[in-house]
Amino acid sequence: MIHSVVEVRKLTKRFERVTAVNEISFEIYQGEILGMLGPNGAGKTTTIQMLLGITTPTSGQIRILGLDLDRNREEILAQVNFSSSYVSLPQSLTVWENLRVFAQIYHVRNYREKIDRLLSVFEIAPLRDTVTRKLSTGQLTRVSLAKALLNDPKILFLDEPTASLDPDIADKTRLLLKTIRAQSGLTILYTSHNMREMEEMSDRIIFLNKGEIISTGTPAEIVKRFEGEDLEEVFLKIARGT
Amino acid sequence: MKLHRILALVNRHLMLYKRSPQRMMEIVYWPLLDLMVWGFITVYLARYKEGLPAFVTFFIGALILWDVLFRAQQGICISFLEEIWSRNLLNLFVSPLGTGEFLSATMLVSILKVIGASIMTIGLAYLFYSFNLFMIGLSLVPFVINLVVTGWAIGIFATAIILRYGQEAEVLAWGLAFLFQPVSAVFYPISVLPPSLQVIANGIPAAHVFEGMRAVIETKAFPLHELIWATGLNVIYLASAILFFNYMFRVVKMKGLLVRIGA
Ligand SMILES: Nc1ncnc2c1ncn2[C@@H]1O[C@H](COP(=O)(O)OP(=O)(O)OP(=O)(O)O)[C@@H](O)[C@H]1O
Ligand SMILES: [Mg+2]
Repeated sequence: MIHSVVEVRKLTKRFERVTAVNEISFEIYQGEILGMLGPNGAGKTTTIQMLLGITTPTSGQIRILGLDLDRNREEILAQVNFSSSYVSLPQSLTVWENLRVFAQIYHVRNYREKIDRLLSVFEIAPLRDTVTRKLSTGQLTRVSLAKALLNDPKILFLDEPTASLDPDIADKTRLLLKTIRAQSGLTILYTSHNMREMEEMSDRIIFLNKGEIISTGTPAEIVKRFEGEDLEEVFLKIARGT
Repeated sequence: MKLHRILALVNRHLMLYKRSPQRMMEIVYWPLLDLMVWGFITVYLARYKEGLPAFVTFFIGALILWDVLFRAQQGICISFLEEIWSRNLLNLFVSPLGTGEFLSATMLVSILKVIGASIMTIGLAYLFYSFNLFMIGLSLVPFVINLVVTGWAIGIFATAIILRYGQEAEVLAWGLAFLFQPVSAVFYPISVLPPSLQVIANGIPAAHVFEGMRAVIETKAFPLHELIWATGLNVIYLASAILFFNYMFRVVKMKGLLVRIGA
């Protein structure tokens, strides 16, 4: 039986001048990878921030893992995690120290083994004692992903996680996320501006434009609906309003 | 409030010091320079003003105690700025960590810094000027605690503003405590201030601490009423600062600024 782990109803965020997100409703099902697609400023980041409770919605409801986010922040956040190319980690600490701090924050049991396992999964074990400042962007991204998996999250929110990765590492990262999903039933909400990546990763896509959902479906369904060749063409059609 | 989350953050800041000699400098450099300049000034003045043996004690003592307040305040602000500088704020607040835990951790870090810097200053003062802070007596302890709390209140207030207005307000981390210095009666009694400023000074916990310290040195009597005033005002200010921080945190979440700050 498929059930939803995220339920969003009529979610709206108005900033002073713009309506970033306009009455969107959607669900994310357990174990799926949901891709959120849309042009710059479509409201993807704003939506993810609201799902994480760090931006307050103007109106609407968010239920995560069956609980109301507003009233169960702590309980929910203990079971989800987040990574993005726009966050970093304390520069003067080593990779291991940083992960250790977050393991402690999330109260991870057997954190030593857990960290070592994640380090080897992301092929960064040799960087264990390297100061974070010295990491390349791609290496930092993988450490940040390792951080995001420390607490065995049920849901992972990834805002442009591969934005700064080279094609090889990006490919590996995608494969890894899919493997972890297959093994643990992890649910992922994913954004990216890479259309091929979206096609490859997403079980389902939500297409956002100007704060509204204009289409939902599998990548193939969306391509068909908009009579395009591929997702890229559909994206250009929608972004340019043709 | 969960202790493991508070300790995780404290740990994070301690590791920072272990790994960064520049940060250790902060604990050594300023106390040393301050102490040298002011110490020599007081030694110089004392040479001309005979019959004022308490003079040196006043100045160096005041200096050490002001530094306690300043360090406590800075400890709070810098812990927060470190998270902005390293773009780590989001990582923290997408975890179950709450603002109460965050502030508790910064207060703990701040007190550790104060202890570090104080040991340094007290030691140097003894070495250079044979000034023994403990000569003032153990009655100093409750006053010092009050200075730390005043520092926290100012630090949390400044942090709330930086949270809301971003790095442009960063200067508050270095300067806000000094705004209170003229009315904190650090180096002179409240009575030298013009009447209007005296009113303000009476509302500043630190002013009562420094009046109290002078009373201890001059009369050896324990100035209980100054301590009560300082403590009462501190409770009010610290509580207000925490409420203000929580309020600003809500504003920042409304405005969606947590993503932007330091990103
Ligand atoms: N804190 C804020 N204050 C005011 N406006 C904001 C704020 N955050 C986002 N916006 C506006 O809301 C809209 C949606 O922004 P958002 O960052 O969610 O878009 P996005 O889909 O993530 O775009 P991108 O692909 O560029 O990352 C934009 O018009 C943006 O300017
Ligand atoms: Mg975005």
